[in-house]
Amino acid sequence: MDIAFVIEKFVLVAIIFGISLLIAMYSTYAERKVAAFLQDRLGPDRAGPFGILQPLADGVKMFMKEEIIPTNASKWLFMVGPGLAMLTACIGTAVIPWGSAITVGDRVIPLQVTDINVGILYIFGVVSLGVYGVMIGGWASNNKYSLLSAIRAASQNISYEIAMGLSIIALLLVTNSMSLGEIVANQHGWRWNVLYQPLGFLLFMVCSFAETNRAPFDLPECETELIGGYHTEYSSMKLGFYLFAEYINMFVSAAVMASLYFGGYNYPGMDWVLAQTGTVIAPLIGTAVFFLKIFAFIFFFMWVRWTIPRFRYDQLMHLGWKVLIPLAIANIIITSIVIAIIEKF
Amino acid sequence: MGTSVFYFVAALSVIFSLMVIFSKNPVHSVLYLIVTFFTLTVHYILLNAQFLAVVNFIVYMGAIMVLFLFVLMLLNLNKENEPLKSNLVKVVGVIAGCCLVVTIIGSLKATAISDPVLLKNPNLGLVKNLGKELFGPYMLPFELSSVLLLTAMVGAVLLTKKEKV
Repeated sequence: MDIAFVIEKFVLVAIIFGISLLIAMYSTYAERKVAAFLQDRLGPDRAGPFGILQPLADGVKMFMKEEIIPTNASKWLFMVGPGLAMLTACIGTAVIPWGSAITVGDRVIPLQVTDINVGILYIFGVVSLGVYGVMIGGWASNNKYSLLSAIRAASQNISYEIAMGLSIIALLLVTNSMSLGEIVANQHGWRWNVLYQPLGFLLFMVCSFAETNRAPFDLPECETELIGGYHTEYSSMKLGFYLFAEYINMFVSAAVMASLYFGGYNYPGMDWVLAQTGTVIAPLIGTAVFFLKIFAFIFFFMWVRWTIPRFRYDQLMHLGWKVLIPLAIANIIITSIVIAIIEKF
Repeated sequence: MGTSVFYFVAALSVIFSLMVIFSKNPVHSVLYLIVTFFTLTVHYILLNAQFLAVVNFIVYMGAIMVLFLFVLMLLNLNKENEPLKSNLVKVVGVIAGCCLVVTIIGSLKATAISDPVLLKNPNLGLVKNLGKELFGPYMLPFELSSVLLLTAMVGAVLLTKKEKV
């Protein structure tokens, strides 16, 4: 293990971490602007030109607020909750390939922190851990509404994980690999997986909405029934962490969807661009394309939030268990039959 | 370096599994159990069994423990409403525990110091190799265990169904 390798990975991790925080920060601003646009309002426009300093102002406000820990709360776990939510939100970015490898001289720098051969399962594991932050925080608050919300989050997460896992199985049948690096590399040019797995993508997307607790599946923070949800008792930056983790989760799941189904850094005509610009600029253009796809997905998340009303809890469970899971199983069977027929002839 | 990492993680696993039994609050116990499972995942990674590691991570830490936590949070067990155990049960428990310790020490004595385990195929734990093994030489036991799991699942569904009179 040479020093250059360690430095290279360290710099990459630092950049990815910084970018995910920055994007999450500006997602809060974008969310308010999109909401304003959809509701024919102006949105935040006081801090800086067009209000672009609003996230900074919000951050400062969060830090300056009074820190309140309820007397009967389990103090240690009350603090662990938001930290865990942030941690599980951030570690998902480790296996995502942000671009094809940059070649400088004879040194090849992959734009991916690590390409483990169970990459998809790693993402899946991190997603399933995400609920612990909410559950621990909700229970430690010692508040009945928070507890109800934590329990809702847990059952919702588990229900939709099954459909998500089944839709990934159909994708694996097509890609023949679990490594995210390979999956993205195989979608060269126009061969995006969404063309082979349209139903699988739809299922995966609905499940990611549920896993990130975004509307219309934001039952754990349903204000009309639960006051605030699992973060009712939280104040100051601990509340900030919970809200922030949601935006990082949204960014990570947008990145996962873009790389699994929409070709990641691949775009039509990329070979021509590579021949024109060389091995340093072309991968960076690919990364820019990847981020465009991610922003499109983040916009879609917000668009849905301000368009579709929240589900009722029994509707949520009905959709998860009786609609998505049978569809996902049918998708697996159809995919495997088609693959068997293609291989036969 | 490998062995020192192993001893460090092994010590953590032992400490956290002891915390599972010693903590008074059942929710804390489950949280310690989750950390214990995490250290087990690290053990699998040290053995280069990536698939097993990540499955342990998803199934035990991500699903089963969430359900454990779910049930315990709903029950909301407190020290006040915990039934007091009679002295007879305590005495029986102590005797049984001592018997277990003697048995474990005896069996450890019999095995003596085992030879370091050498994996015949160090890359067996990678997804592709594991799949080839499971669906090749071990096809029958693998399918039998999946039938067993299916039976358990059908049984669980039947148990929760209300009887129609």
